[in-house]
Amino acid sequence: MSTLLSRLLLIVAFLCVTDTYASPALGSSVPLGLPPAAEPEDNPQTPEKVALGKKLFDDKRFSLTGEVSCATCHVEEKAFTDSPLSVSEGINKLTGTRNAPTVINAVYFKTMFWDGRSPSLEDQALHPPTNPVEMGLKDHQPILDIVRSDPEYVKSFKEVFGKSGEAVTMDEVTKAIAAFERTIVAANSPFDRFFYGGENDALTPDQKRGFNLFVNKGRCVSCHVIEQTQALFTDNRFHNIGVGINDIQADVPGLAHEFLKAEATASQVDVQVLTNKKTSELGRFAVTRGFDDLGSFKTPTLRNVAVTAPYMHDGSLKTLDDVMQHYNNGGVTHEGDPVNDFLSGGIRPLGLTDKEIDDLVAFMEALTSPEFAHLAKNKAARK
Amino acid sequence: MNKSRMSRRDFLKSAGALAAVSCLPVSMVELAFADSRKNFSFAHISDSHIQHISGTKFVRNWDRGLIRAVAETNLLVPKPDFVVFGGDLAQLGKKEELDHGAEMLSKLDYNKVYCVMGEHDYYLDLGDYWSKLYGPHYYSWDHKGVHFVTLNSVITYDKWTYERWPTAMQRMVEMAGLDNPNGSPFMVGEKQRDWLRKDLEKVKKDTPIVVFSHSPIQKIYKGWNFWTEDADEVQALLKPFNDVNVIYGHVHQVQYNQIGNISFQSVMATAWPWPYPETYAQAESHLPKLTVPMNRADPFFERDATGWQVINVETGRAAIKYNLYNNTNRTVAFNPKTGHPEDIAFQNPARRIPPQTHY
Repeated sequence: MSTLLSRLLLIVAFLCVTDTYASPALGSSVPLGLPPAAEPEDNPQTPEKVALGKKLFDDKRFSLTGEVSCATCHVEEKAFTDSPLSVSEGINKLTGTRNAPTVINAVYFKTMFWDGRSPSLEDQALHPPTNPVEMGLKDHQPILDIVRSDPEYVKSFKEVFGKSGEAVTMDEVTKAIAAFERTIVAANSPFDRFFYGGENDALTPDQKRGFNLFVNKGRCVSCHVIEQTQALFTDNRFHNIGVGINDIQADVPGLAHEFLKAEATASQVDVQVLTNKKTSELGRFAVTRGFDDLGSFKTPTLRNVAVTAPYMHDGSLKTLDDVMQHYNNGGVTHEGDPVNDFLSGGIRPLGLTDKEIDDLVAFMEALTSPEFAHLAKNKAARK
Repeated sequence: MNKSRMSRRDFLKSAGALAAVSCLPVSMVELAFADSRKNFSFAHISDSHIQHISGTKFVRNWDRGLIRAVAETNLLVPKPDFVVFGGDLAQLGKKEELDHGAEMLSKLDYNKVYCVMGEHDYYLDLGDYWSKLYGPHYYSWDHKGVHFVTLNSVITYDKWTYERWPTAMQRMVEMAGLDNPNGSPFMVGEKQRDWLRKDLEKVKKDTPIVVFSHSPIQKIYKGWNFWTEDADEVQALLKPFNDVNVIYGHVHQVQYNQIGNISFQSVMATAWPWPYPETYAQAESHLPKLTVPMNRADPFFERDATGWQVINVETGRAAIKYNLYNNTNRTVAFNPKTGHPEDIAFQNPARRIPPQTHY
């Protein structure tokens, strides 16, 4: 995006009335605290495409049982997660191995899924329909049959892509879904109003202390990045923080050898990591087969974290207090448990007091966007 | 704008290419021969600096470095023939440190681990307890047509060792400081050179030689003891052989050099990089004090700028694959065209990654 264009977008942002969800890619608004979002040249945003994408996102017919859609695990009223489930439920109540990440601000991720095995929102949308524990289809044909024949879809695909019949493929389907997902952005939290908006009283005193701990003693900011003009709260990298892999340490050599011996295809990896709990815990290693990635998972954004419990790639930590205890112990959930051999070099005991942990949790509660603030009232993320 | 959005196929292709570099022989040394049956590799771990605090407490950061290198070495496919530990297992030569380090090394799933003496192992009791764990200070062996030699290159003048310091621990601490002007230059010494001369007499001149030492057996920088005082004499003994490789630790960074027929290559430390950044001062770091900062490591990630290696000696010349955390893995291999070891990716200036110029 050219500098001029991004400036224009910012100006437009101030002039426009905000929709339900701001859409930086559509130029309607860049919420305080976020940068303009990327928009692929081969998939420009249009209001019609976004509307089509939402319809596809919500369509349960794209599953074997007709009961599961994207929105089953990414529920708008649950901040686009399936909170309070630890791991997602697909067809016939089958469970996978990983906690549904929120779609909010997914547009800013450089890779998709907890292990980054997908390079884009478009590609990501291809996989859940054919995963046996998610939507359970054998292949994408049932989806194509519906979108090529359902009169509403026929009309929309013609209108949005100028295509109909056989010319409508999963390429168009996933582009529309991705376009919708790109509109789901949220910032403008109390933290943003404090740090970027100059509202000194937007944060409470304990939240301010928590902010100080976040960027200093707590070492949080090294991965959950805050910059001078924006905060994605992720470094878009992968780290072994001692979740999941801690439980399978004795199995690592055997599991790792399986991956090192035979090259797995993308879809094999997709199925293996979601259907085999132990394989799942290898993390990004299953994708790259690099030792540095053993047991490592993507740094999630912390925006709206107070309303997306439970936490971690496996949903194993119920509250933000639990999360802080895990980090404070240097990468083990229960103090004194063995640390895994492949722990990221950034993780070490922090020496935080209970009061400091409270302050850090208070700070994370200040990252909730106004669109989702009502969820926090109903469901305190704290103990 | 997302102009470079990759197709999934490209994405996986590049991920696969990374994997081939990163997970195969990491920090393994591979020695390659025309006869592929003789092909083999070995892993090399070095400079773990296990540091005792008190009781059963040790510096966590150094422990984690060695634990991780051992665990990863156990995952290598194909499995290397043996492992070398390149010295400085301990920080201050203490029994507690050597025992704790030996316990971690015992987790290596290999029949044979060859150990090299480092100055941090040596200067408390002059290698006495180390010997109880690992045997002689210098020795040689043959493996699949290669003659291997391990030297203790960290001894120094008798006067410094036996007369200068009131206590053994003070002697140890003085030698432990990298840029301490009270230190003394390392050497192999006359006794070991005599042994080496005799050891090499029975070796054919076309047999590839691999020498392990802790200090470089070449003169790099005396102020930091990146140095061996009698390097010239040792090199003279190695000169008659066609293919000689000297692989050393101590410097905690990638170095390579060629002197005549001898290729010199260093290995990475698992503990910390030399030089290293002034530390991320939010918690007691236990890093030794040093005057020269570096901009290579990300100090948040304590393993950054550390690593270990897999070495292949296929051509009679060592090709070292460095497994580097939070970093791009590197391979330094002998280039027959130029006659010296080269980084296979970054030798070309156009491919180099410019250093960071600010913190």
